[in-house]
Amino acid sequence: MAEPARREQVDAGPARTREIAPEAKGKVMLAVSGLEAWYGESHILHGVDFEVRRGEVVTLLGRNGAGKTTTLKSIMGIVGQRQGSVAFEGTQTIALPSNRIARLGLAFCPEERGIFASLNVEENLILPPVVGAGGMSIETIFTLFPNLKERLSSQGTKLSGGEQQMLAIGRILRTGARLLLLDEPTEGLAPVIIQQIGATIRRLKAEGFTILLVEQNFRFAASLADRHYVMERGRVVDRYESAELARNMDKLHEYLGV
Amino acid sequence: MFELLGIPPQALFGQLLIGLINGSFYALLSLGLTVIFGLLNIINFCHGALYMMGAFVAWLALQHFGLGYWAALFIAPVVVGAFGIVLERTMLRRLYKLDHLYGLLLTFGIALIVEGVFRNEFGASGLPYVIPDSLTGARNLGFMVLPNYRAWVIALSLFVCLATWYVIERTKLGAYLRAATENPTLVQAFGINVPRMITLTYGFGVGLAALAGVLAAPIYQVSPLMGSNLIIVVFAVVVIGGMGSIMGSIVTGFLLGLIEGLTKVFYPEASATVIFVILALVLLWRPQGLFGRRS
Repeated sequence: MAEPARREQVDAGPARTREIAPEAKGKVMLAVSGLEAWYGESHILHGVDFEVRRGEVVTLLGRNGAGKTTTLKSIMGIVGQRQGSVAFEGTQTIALPSNRIARLGLAFCPEERGIFASLNVEENLILPPVVGAGGMSIETIFTLFPNLKERLSSQGTKLSGGEQQMLAIGRILRTGARLLLLDEPTEGLAPVIIQQIGATIRRLKAEGFTILLVEQNFRFAASLADRHYVMERGRVVDRYESAELARNMDKLHEYLGV
Repeated sequence: MFELLGIPPQALFGQLLIGLINGSFYALLSLGLTVIFGLLNIINFCHGALYMMGAFVAWLALQHFGLGYWAALFIAPVVVGAFGIVLERTMLRRLYKLDHLYGLLLTFGIALIVEGVFRNEFGASGLPYVIPDSLTGARNLGFMVLPNYRAWVIALSLFVCLATWYVIERTKLGAYLRAATENPTLVQAFGINVPRMITLTYGFGVGLAALAGVLAAPIYQVSPLMGSNLIIVVFAVVVIGGMGSIMGSIVTGFLLGLIEGLTKVFYPEASATVIFVILALVLLWRPQGLFGRRS
């Protein structure tokens, strides 16, 4: 378990502006255990166990096909079938439909970004309904992603890949969701955009958001996360606190095949 | 009296008016079909039967409850919409993940059953429904005489079509609908109750068909087969306009009504087939339809 003392060291960053009570920080927010999932006939997850504490950035690492994306989708309730236990803030969500899960305060940013072609940028941005108090204002989102402000009336899919990613992240910041599930936010983007997204994630963390990140880009993930879980063939096979990474690089390279 | 290409203007404008009336029904029906196909992925073959039910609800409300035309304009869409909601909840819902063909077969079967029940109950011949007093009469526009009821049908259906377009293309509710048409899973994962939205959309689409049925009752007779006579043409309209475009289905509906009317003036022999000739040409030239997006 991550003892709070070490975590405080790791994320000693800018002041937290969000209203998270000090005693609440560090409590388990999301507890996943024995999670199994299927797409049709294919059994993808074979008992996934991990947890995310309030205010943390946690990554799921692993090769293609290890089940990282499916894990995020299973947490949101958008796989074919799932079993096991996914508790969010103490509420068991395994039997809930995805719209009810989202209303508990989770938000999902899919790998393919999921920008709607029949909606303009503004409509895309304000589409997800508010699920909790304390969401970001549109103005704050524009300070994170100034590009979006100039493209408000463009068709959503006319944006560049980087802008679409910003829109996909920006639109879930409005909702007041406290746990953000980000699926490969840097995929296919230019280094300068990756830096911008990294800075954004750091800022979100500083503001008290909790983030579960799926990444192929290990260096990107290593610079952000408090803890890493390694997945292989539908299971979590290892975990490292951020401070333990350096000592275990050889093993990680083996896991990730880099 | 001037003549246009040897056609007296009364005949020309008379047929254009009939074309616009037919176009009103094409537009209302194809609009509902388009909205339903977009979100439910179902080709709603019982749309004509539900249009017929709308006319019968108006007729029955008058016969048995003394509720006139104005009440029927509200009652019929609500009753038929509720019937549609039951259909969606109990049957259509099971088909969304399957091939289009299953939805087509099921709704075609429902159409046969509904029409059979009404034919058994009311016979195949039409029942008259009188024009409400406030809409009888006609006004002389100089170049033609315009019956008030027909003007009302065109105006109301234009209004309903444009209001529907506005709601879908320009409001938050419409943004949910458009987004769910593209990616229902993601929209639901944002916290929107997509299954309920689908149910209500189906109810709304068939409500439009019922409204068209009430509008049609005083013009055509109320008959169990009035829907199946119309629905084939309406499907041609939907394909010509391009599945999925709201404005496309409205414009194409009115336009094809007018073209049909003009054909009756200039080459009456082709008036029953002109829409299908256009359908064939459009499919050759632009398979996604005039307003459709290439998928």
